[in-house]
Amino acid sequence: MTDAEKLKIPRQKMPAQMPKERIKNFKEVPFGYTPEMAMTEAKRCLQCKKALCVGGCPVEVNIPGFVLMIAQGNFIDAAKELKKTNSLPAICGRVCPQEDQCEKVCVLTKKYQPVAIGNLERFAADYERKQGEVEIPQIAPPTGKKVAIVGSGPAGLTVAGDLIKLGHQITIFEALHKAGGVLVYGIPEFRLPKTIVQAEVDYLIKLGVEVKTSQVIGKLFSIDELFEQGYQAVFIGTGAGLPNFMNIPGENLNGIYSANEYLTRSNLMKAYDFPEYDTPIFSGKNVVVLGGGNTAMDSVRTALRLGAENAYIVYRRSKTEMPARIEETHHAEEEGVEFHFLTTPIKYIGNENGWVTGMECLRMELGEPDASGRRRPVPVQGSNFIMEVDTVVVAVGNSSNPLVPQTTPGLEVNKWGNIIADPETGQTSRKGVWAGGDIVTGGATVILAAGAGKKAARDIDNYLKFL
Amino acid sequence: MNKIVEMRKLAPSINLLRIGVPEITKKAQAGQFVVLRINEEGERIPMSITDIDPEAEILTIIFQEVGKSTAHLATFKEGDVLADVVGPLGIPTHIENFGTALCIGGGIGIAPVHFIAKALKQKGNKVISIIGARSKNLLILEDQMKRLSDELLISTDDGSYGHHGFVTDLLTNLLSEQSTGVNFIMAIGPVIMMRAVCKITQLYQIRTMVSLNPIMVDGTGMCGACRVTVGGKTQFACVDGPDFDGHKVDFDELLKRQAMYVKQERIAMERFNQKMGLHTTEGVIK
Repeated sequence: MTDAEKLKIPRQKMPAQMPKERIKNFKEVPFGYTPEMAMTEAKRCLQCKKALCVGGCPVEVNIPGFVLMIAQGNFIDAAKELKKTNSLPAICGRVCPQEDQCEKVCVLTKKYQPVAIGNLERFAADYERKQGEVEIPQIAPPTGKKVAIVGSGPAGLTVAGDLIKLGHQITIFEALHKAGGVLVYGIPEFRLPKTIVQAEVDYLIKLGVEVKTSQVIGKLFSIDELFEQGYQAVFIGTGAGLPNFMNIPGENLNGIYSANEYLTRSNLMKAYDFPEYDTPIFSGKNVVVLGGGNTAMDSVRTALRLGAENAYIVYRRSKTEMPARIEETHHAEEEGVEFHFLTTPIKYIGNENGWVTGMECLRMELGEPDASGRRRPVPVQGSNFIMEVDTVVVAVGNSSNPLVPQTTPGLEVNKWGNIIADPETGQTSRKGVWAGGDIVTGGATVILAAGAGKKAARDIDNYLKFL
Repeated sequence: MNKIVEMRKLAPSINLLRIGVPEITKKAQAGQFVVLRINEEGERIPMSITDIDPEAEILTIIFQEVGKSTAHLATFKEGDVLADVVGPLGIPTHIENFGTALCIGGGIGIAPVHFIAKALKQKGNKVISIIGARSKNLLILEDQMKRLSDELLISTDDGSYGHHGFVTDLLTNLLSEQSTGVNFIMAIGPVIMMRAVCKITQLYQIRTMVSLNPIMVDGTGMCGACRVTVGGKTQFACVDGPDFDGHKVDFDELLKRQAMYVKQERIAMERFNQKMGLHTTEGVIK
């Protein structure tokens, strides 16, 4: 096929549940490509000699390589190629912000639409998983070295997967009762089916990783005690675990949730299936979600599925500054979410029983760019108005959870409480202790956490060799 | 792990639960709590620790049946295994030799007070305790509290045992005596009791700590369900507490927040009772 012919093929859309249908269930929204669609889409790739997409990927997946394999119908090979650099392709294909990474720099992007790299990644990984037995890779002979991993999110899972293959003995300590971290408690079923996360965890267990759930490091054991127990290296991947609130009057009224709580109740505790599951959730009629990130989109779409009649996003900047993935915003719009841009809440109004009934807001306008390079929103004086709401979900980011730093003498943190770690190796100020993911960077993405895990795993292996 | 070694009724709807959790018993201290889940469908239930036996590796919890989950837990028997027990969580109670310490426990609150009174006694404090319940048959841990305390005062709301009235009556009497020398108070019980205790002790300017039990989910600081206002600031009871300076706690807000799921709790309870073949008292669920 010539390049001219390739350019004529339109970008293949993934079939998806219709918006009116899907807001009544928690099933995944897109169905994924059929093999034919995937091959057609893969054929659009021009196989650039100097592939910019690879540089756009935080873990430098061999994108032209795996895409070519799909184009040729070698789907299993494509999955294996992906896994050489990305241990969680089924997950990243679904949750990576491709439009800001690989697809952003695709050579087609300027004049045409970029190759749907994320959709293809997802297809290859799903294809392999659905084939049944995922092949167990060659595992190096046991080194006799023990590594403790704190937290089972994307960073921890990646470190575990890489180090077990090198023959080290790996134990993951997870505070919650289910492994997966944010992939399980945070991202909803309709965006990332939990069977996929479970498959990744099961795969690691099959490789020999020991997963200890319901063990809170910093409480049950300190990092120092892990060393006393015979672990020679510790990786901390505890995530961004302390929800931010806005500290405005009335924030502790009933009906006001952090996104972490709202999503944890629904996802991890399955409150959407109450009373089959014991955990309740309050599903109001007028739900407002504060924030413009993926967590905000997940929350507002969860609200619709829990029966909200009106679901709003209130975001203090404009649409262009929204950090959410385009696909999430698009899905939210399709599902009927109403967006209030350049708006910020200043106080809540409650009734005598302590329930929120309204939210007073101010309109904003964009001023000079701030430290992040985005134009700073400035309040418009006198623009106050009141929104009638019975549920509020605050999705304005997280701070770092202090449990591990507080109980680990000598572990340096920055002024936000994030653990200081070398960006290339993940090494912390404590010998034998590495860290990566949101606990280091603050709230970021799955792929960045996985990338940090990869680098740390390599460095931990080097360290263990010379012990 | 997580195996129940004893489940026993102490009083109507009050149960003593002992669980084999070796690691937690080696770490737990007075004032801390655990979060447990009875089965896969279960919610995460925060429970104060009543006692630990690190040699036998057994954790003791005393709990009251107040809703579906606790009623369900009460049906578990020796040999059954709980889905999860996580802990120890929260910051331990600050224990030092205060001289004379007063421990006040109301109802099920006597259980966590017991563990704290024990720690205070071990530190060399003179321990005075006031415990109270609605009625004599609901009064728990009397013998244990008697052993731990230099002085034990008892009240029941209905007058069936001890002083006829509330723990706060006994508190007022005690503090109005000139020479008690109490300079630290730990009060645990229903929110209304803790609020009343703090109103009194504020007049006497005696440091009073309370242990709060708001609604929680993860118990590790991740969700913020348990936020309470203390001294005008929002705190998370799970990681900043559960002990707080009682003179600064916004008890009224806590009362309202604790009632957030009353409707859902009723639905779950009715459904559970029907399942267990018990008669419902509130008719058809709407």
